[in-house]
Amino acid sequence: MSMREKEAGRLWAWLDQRVGLADLEKLAHKKQVPVHRHAIWYYLGGMTLFLFLTQVTTGILLLLYYRPSAEEAYESVQFLMTEVQFGWLVRSIHAWAANLMIFTLFVHMFSVLLLKAYRSPREVTWFSGVALMGLALGFGFTGYLLPWNELAYFATKVGTEITGSVPVVGGFLGRLLRGGSEVTGATLTRFYGIHVAVLPALAGMLVGVHLYLVQRHGMSVPSSVERSGAPRRAMPFVPNFLLRDLVGWLSVLAVLAALAAYFPAELGKKADPFLPAPAGIKPEWYFMFMFQTLKYLPSYILGVEGEIVGIVGFGLGGLFLLLIPLLDRRAASGEPSRLFTWIGVAIIVYMVVLTYLGYTAVATK
Amino acid sequence: MAEATLDPGSSRRGFINWFLGTTAGAFLLSVLYPLSRYLDPPEVGESTAGTVTLADVKPDSVKPNTGQIFKFGSRPGILIRTPAGELRAFSAVCTHLNCTVQYRSDLTQIWCACHNGHYDLNGKNVAGPPPRPLEPFSVNVRGTQIVVSKSAPA
Repeated sequence: MSMREKEAGRLWAWLDQRVGLADLEKLAHKKQVPVHRHAIWYYLGGMTLFLFLTQVTTGILLLLYYRPSAEEAYESVQFLMTEVQFGWLVRSIHAWAANLMIFTLFVHMFSVLLLKAYRSPREVTWFSGVALMGLALGFGFTGYLLPWNELAYFATKVGTEITGSVPVVGGFLGRLLRGGSEVTGATLTRFYGIHVAVLPALAGMLVGVHLYLVQRHGMSVPSSVERSGAPRRAMPFVPNFLLRDLVGWLSVLAVLAALAAYFPAELGKKADPFLPAPAGIKPEWYFMFMFQTLKYLPSYILGVEGEIVGIVGFGLGGLFLLLIPLLDRRAASGEPSRLFTWIGVAIIVYMVVLTYLGYTAVATK
Repeated sequence: MAEATLDPGSSRRGFINWFLGTTAGAFLLSVLYPLSRYLDPPEVGESTAGTVTLADVKPDSVKPNTGQIFKFGSRPGILIRTPAGELRAFSAVCTHLNCTVQYRSDLTQIWCACHNGHYDLNGKNVAGPPPRPLEPFSVNVRGTQIVVSKSAPA
């Protein structure tokens, strides 16, 4: 044993006595990941986590130049994009990684939904995941406004108005979000605080809970694979699965870099509260199916304003999604649960079709 | 109740628990109340002036079958001249979801780009999702000045 190895060994022993490295090592080597024909979906959660970490990193970098006020926000982003070296790259990566993260999160969630990985004992893992999706949408909604451009200004007007028309607590929630009765610089400051402090703190904690639960229960094996009676196969997490995970992460990074380099984030025109809403105003793509639904609703449904029906409908839809593990009794007992497979497929089809219409339907006749 | 008072140990524990519980509750309230009041933004003195004189818009500069946005206090208003030549003004805040409307000469209608809402020249919602008409203002021309006021024209 060389001198250097001996030294490393002593350092390891010193640390082990104090932090319990051997226990961690044992844990890492004991962890197994099942292998079967649906195992590809196991990589989506890790990709989402990778993109989340990218967001934290690039977000911190953006903080160094961004100024959260109606007078300076647009100009500071413009400065970042035109003067700061690689400023355009950092902002473009932040914008693209946000979109990719929502995308991988959706794919991750729907794969869990269709493979019934939420069934006992992983209900709380599902709850924490749905809550994380809510936070991700909150990140998107608040982050969209921060450059203070025209599109974001009106999208936020609509978005906060929707919050404001929630029955009973809407008025308070709307004022709470906007920091007043209108979308102004006060709204920008609030969204900034929510985007860079409140949501990251909550998301950090929930990601911790989510990962702890995934670690505690191990990867879910789909019931169909369990029922098939085929011999159980598995691979060690370290290094086999981890290295495959790394390939996934690097692929995502490559896609991200290409998107950021070839399609850098745009800035548009500065928001002006005294200009009409521009034609072609649209929210981020992941809100598009809701936006398009609101367009199709008539102004009154059974004497209630159409938008209120829509909002309450989406609220109930979200609640239903959250409670699926408790509602799906068949999957809980390991039986095939076709009803919930069809519900999952219906949700996906609805979102895809409405999103498609949102981008193709003619704005006005 | 009688048992609790007979057993000095449990009544003392009960009292302490009750005391701790109410203290924790009071503490929580004393934190949550100011916090919720703090988050609720104060009413900013919104300009309640019912009348606005348009500084940079002259009656002659508004051509028939056009419209433009003006500041009515802190909110946008829309001033239109109908194809027949009449000046009209409305709140430019769409009654659907608060977007700012615009005048569409090709449709001779007021139009909201956000969700494709249409209003006619009286501000009445005629197509799309808006649930109510636009709030009408009254327009008076005094010499070369346009004066818009809140009260609806009779």
